[in-house]
Amino acid sequence: MLDFKFAKFAAFINCAVPLVLLAWDGYYHRLGVNPLEFITHTTGTLTLVFLTLTLAVTPLRKLLGFPRLIQLRRMMGLYGFFYGCLHLLCYVWFDKSFVLGAITEDTFKRPFIFLGMLSFLIMVPLAITSTNKMVKRIGGRRWNRLHKLVYAAAISGVIHYYLLVKADTQIPIGFGIVVLSLLTYRIINKYFPAYTQRSPLRAERQQ
Amino acid sequence: MLFKKPDDIKSSEITDENLILNRRNIIRGAVLAATTTATGFLYRRLARPSSKKPAEASAKSNTSGRLITAEGEAANDYEEITNYNNFYEFSTNKERVAIAASDFITRPWTVEISGLAHKPKTFDLEEILKIAPLEDRVYRLRCVEAWSMVIPWLGFPLSSLLDQVQPMADAKFVKFVTLLDPMRMPNQQGDVLPWPYVEGLRMDEAMHPLTILATGLYGKMLPGQNGAPLRLVVPWKYGFKSIKSIVQIILTKDQPKTTWSEVVPEYYGFYSNVNPNVSQTRWSQATERRIGEFGRRDTKMFNGYGEQVAYLYKGMDLTINY
Repeated sequence: MLDFKFAKFAAFINCAVPLVLLAWDGYYHRLGVNPLEFITHTTGTLTLVFLTLTLAVTPLRKLLGFPRLIQLRRMMGLYGFFYGCLHLLCYVWFDKSFVLGAITEDTFKRPFIFLGMLSFLIMVPLAITSTNKMVKRIGGRRWNRLHKLVYAAAISGVIHYYLLVKADTQIPIGFGIVVLSLLTYRIINKYFPAYTQRSPLRAERQQ
Repeated sequence: MLFKKPDDIKSSEITDENLILNRRNIIRGAVLAATTTATGFLYRRLARPSSKKPAEASAKSNTSGRLITAEGEAANDYEEITNYNNFYEFSTNKERVAIAASDFITRPWTVEISGLAHKPKTFDLEEILKIAPLEDRVYRLRCVEAWSMVIPWLGFPLSSLLDQVQPMADAKFVKFVTLLDPMRMPNQQGDVLPWPYVEGLRMDEAMHPLTILATGLYGKMLPGQNGAPLRLVVPWKYGFKSIKSIVQIILTKDQPKTTWSEVVPEYYGFYSNVNPNVSQTRWSQATERRIGEFGRRDTKMFNGYGEQVAYLYKGMDLTINY
């Protein structure tokens, strides 16, 4: 019924829209007074947005009774990693001019930088093992266990954001609440599937 | 016969395959266009750096770039200086303060000077502007967030104003208070900071020739977002000490409590001298981004004013007195 190949294509294009607009605005010098800060900040926020969307896929599948949503999860996750790479590049290039010593010093002296690096490091193996071939190689069970780390990446990212803000902590706290809610949903769903799914029959079958 | 049998349908009646595929493509195209437009609008709504340029600032000052510091650094553009402001009374978004402050009315304005003074007085702004000739002072401003600008202020030494009220011998500190008026400063209706904003200086810092009260910028009156109509500029300290829109000055014996050091005492101290070696904040103070430049600069001790102010802190441990 639904043209899922097209849905994936449409999702792919839509996820790239922020980057296109960012580049477009950059070209026309419309990134405000501190454009480097704006690019760094925006790519960081987008990383968190896509991590959150990735985490939201499975809860939405179950709540809406729409299992095919799973086909979008890998794309959301990889886009999260992609924007994370851009965000890291901004820091390494704009702030540190690729000086490895300064980056290392910052990472171990500044907790918020450490957490950002940690979040990125966690995403690397997740990105590498995202392909179908890799899933087969590792085996579904081990793959599932490994990819639970995405919660660690998301939480680390939220705390990284929170530590960076001077006084206006609304947005990082907002992200934190959403991520924790999604995590809570998964935990409840594991032990009380009947309460958290649209189809209680499916839940019974799981038990 | 009511129903046609399959063989009854002429082959010429079968919808052309091209038309069917074409119609699907049209629908796909429409969905793609609609979704990307929606995503685009959502991104714009959430990530826009500045909503719109206020009318006065859109004309670039024709003196931009020609005003320089003693070290030869060019002043930032008027547009940059007036559209990137930390002034939480109006907004916590640096690029939205200008719009939020565009209607800020600054007349009539009085400054009450009280405390340990022989001749305490409430001044009208017009009286204050007549006390000393206004001078051009091109200063670096270094924000604690690790960005900086070069700003051509128009002002006069704070010491001229303080001399008018004759501080008493035991007045060791000067406390400054910003306007408290949630109607005119809408973000004071929230509680991101305890209002009103308070700052303070040691008496010798206040009387120092570098310390000025600024009333103008690029030879024009200060716009609301830069702290109109009267603000402090202490160029060797982090920018948050250069308190804006001053209504009260109080001479005290004891060190006053200042707003940011009340909110996060571990990061923001009373002195807050620019110091690349001391980073109480969660981020390093060793480098800064000069607005308009690509790379980062090394931050200089006392923001490069060490020759003129280092003596004030002789013998003090600046890691304790941050």
